[in-house]
Amino acid sequence: MSLRQIAFYGKGGIGKSTTSQNTLAALAEMGQRILIVGCDPKADSTRLILHAKAQDTILSLAAAAGTVEDLELEDVMKVGYRDIRCVESGGPEPGVGCAGRGVITSINFLEEEGAYEGIDYVSYDVLGDVVCGGFAMPIRENKAQEIYIVMSGEMMAMYAANNISKGILKYANSGGVRLGGLVCNERQTDKELELAEALAAKLGTTLIHFVPRDNVVQHAELRRMTVMEYAPESKQAEEYRTLARKIHANAGNGIIPTPITMDELEDLLMEHGVMKTIDESLVGKTAEELAA
Amino acid sequence: MSQNAEHVLDHFDLFRQPEYVELFENKKKNFENAEPADKVEQAREWTKTWEYREKNFAREALTVNPAKACQPLGAVFVAVGFESTLPFVHGSQGCVAYYRSHFSRHFKEPSSCVSSSMTEDAAVFGGLNNMIDGLANAYAMYKPKMIAVSTTCMAEVIGDDLNAFIKNAKEKGSVPEDFDVPFAHTPAFVGSHITGYDNALLGVLKHFWDGKAGTVPVPERVPNEKINFVGGFDGYTVGNQREVSRMLDLMGVEYTLLCDASDVWDTPTDGEFRMYDGGTTLADAAAALNAKATVSMQEYCTPKTLEFCASKGQETLAFNHPVGIAATDQFLMAISKLTGKPIPDALAKERGRLVDAIADSNAHIHGKKFAIYGDPDLCYGLAAFLLELGAEPTHVLATNGNKEWAQKMQALFDGSPFGKGCHAYAGKDLWHMRSLLFTEPVDFLIGNTYGKYLERDTGTPLIRIGFPVFDRHHHHRYPVWGYQGAMNVLVWILDKIFDEIDKNTIVPAKTDYSYDIIR
Repeated sequence: MSLRQIAFYGKGGIGKSTTSQNTLAALAEMGQRILIVGCDPKADSTRLILHAKAQDTILSLAAAAGTVEDLELEDVMKVGYRDIRCVESGGPEPGVGCAGRGVITSINFLEEEGAYEGIDYVSYDVLGDVVCGGFAMPIRENKAQEIYIVMSGEMMAMYAANNISKGILKYANSGGVRLGGLVCNERQTDKELELAEALAAKLGTTLIHFVPRDNVVQHAELRRMTVMEYAPESKQAEEYRTLARKIHANAGNGIIPTPITMDELEDLLMEHGVMKTIDESLVGKTAEELAA
Repeated sequence: MSQNAEHVLDHFDLFRQPEYVELFENKKKNFENAEPADKVEQAREWTKTWEYREKNFAREALTVNPAKACQPLGAVFVAVGFESTLPFVHGSQGCVAYYRSHFSRHFKEPSSCVSSSMTEDAAVFGGLNNMIDGLANAYAMYKPKMIAVSTTCMAEVIGDDLNAFIKNAKEKGSVPEDFDVPFAHTPAFVGSHITGYDNALLGVLKHFWDGKAGTVPVPERVPNEKINFVGGFDGYTVGNQREVSRMLDLMGVEYTLLCDASDVWDTPTDGEFRMYDGGTTLADAAAALNAKATVSMQEYCTPKTLEFCASKGQETLAFNHPVGIAATDQFLMAISKLTGKPIPDALAKERGRLVDAIADSNAHIHGKKFAIYGDPDLCYGLAAFLLELGAEPTHVLATNGNKEWAQKMQALFDGSPFGKGCHAYAGKDLWHMRSLLFTEPVDFLIGNTYGKYLERDTGTPLIRIGFPVFDRHHHHRYPVWGYQGAMNVLVWILDKIFDEIDKNTIVPAKTDYSYDIIR
């Protein structure tokens, strides 16, 4: 089987890293050889697989060595649960430097060092918003073929999903990147499933899986483990197995997304009765002004 | 091969030898996938048309050969104008190599400047460590009295904070707490070298006049009768600063040249290497706060600096690279008015000599059409002088000129009968100039060394005035300001005019009936 590269995007705090690590653990269970590339300066994309936050990120070691050219692949690659290989790009402290450039540096390093040899899946876990070109690195030409967007029924999560689709669209016409589908991580908001499906339809894709909320995820997380490892017999583990099977079968089925406008997104919420019709005369008024 | 140790051919002759001619032909035929010669010729001819010019001027998404450089170049220019000051550019080494080579090629002098040597890890983590190590090394190695910091694109894109970085570096002991490290953010992708000049000079003045970034009390201004002079970014700084000093000395004016690079870019060969030479002393830079007025010789190089001087209670005056009789008159009369010192007879006599020289040569310049490009102030000064000579500055182009500059140029044209049909082009580049020269030809082109490609393509003779001039030596030693400076410009223009007349009359028995001894 040839190398498959996928990436998980989504609003910050939506459960991207948790969902991706559990899904990848399920793929590993299916016998797939996996490499996770954490593209978040917080370096917590591989914590559940490694049972610890990765200390030796590519960029911290590069800074210590003076240049990334002086690094060896073994220095940065850790092996965790079910032989899943993990690398964290790392990045600067908040407020200084350029985290986006860090992602570019790290991915270039991994490719040059042959990190993708003998692997079935490379998965990029990217931080919340695609704030600059650096964080779009995994969706550039010859990187991830499919992007999976983790979202929920919350307005801002859907907004972010739509924005990420815009990013994909930008690169899709010139390259091979496609939207693989949406993954809804249940937040138990109103009509969540319908909304997620409706958004997927608008974007021209499918809701590939609806992951129900389950406290076992929390329990596993506290032990710095995936559900797959902590409670392999649980119902939730079966959900991640299902998601993994769907993703595995989804090769080549990605699409070029059709992102919508902010107005259309608001209409969508209104259609499903989550949001009442906006009375334009109330926009921008404080509660006090409205009471007067 | 035709090369041998007994008789080494230089590149002029070597590549004309048959084996090289053949080699180039084969390369073109077999590897370059070249278009047929007639097709190339057809395209070349098309670029000379009005149709192409209109397309060229409709161009939005591309700049071809802009006549400007970037901010840090101006910042380095400012730094070397102060006593024993090392320019320190926070960014990558390649940028600094460019500033150094640019100045060295123009002034034919070593150009000392350091970088903080930012590499990939610094781009990701920020350049604080580079600042800490860089300041420490620069201070220890080159023993400057001041280090003036500016930035390149890389540091600006990632948002490095110079103020905080320099404070951190001082806390870590890179340089003593009270060591002067003025700074300026000079993103190369904003404005041009004249913006960088303004920012950097403002940075130095703010440092001394505003309490050194909060480390000492803000000094109180005690006004005196001195005048500050700011030259602006100027390829003729060696000649011009000295000429300004000479004129002011003749007048008996007390003054400070703020930023004076005339010595560091004209060091003698006497066995001693001078990394620093001359320049405004740090004491003078600090004391310049008390001056009665600050006078800028180049308005578009100093908008923020003059605003700052005015905010301190100084009078401010700005000129536009004053070249010629009227411009020098205005300059001297303004100084006389400001200081109450009369204009001495010696200067009046120089004026008379210039008028005499202009009258002697008027027949040859009158009615000639010129195209000029360069920095906004230089363009203005030269255009004003040409109008004074009865010449027509038909095309005046400044890539780093703005709309306001274009309006000011238009007002200048409108004030002279010779300005009719003259036009100012703000924000255009040398590829636009190429179209102008083909469609509305002029007799002469005035610009920097890069104009030689326009001369080659369009056949318009180039008079080299501007920055940089790499391919003619030592012109920067001559002033272009003052009556004597105008005399130099007049002579350079006349030399080219006479060379052209000779070239056009040199064929024996055909045109040499006008190949005259006397012109």
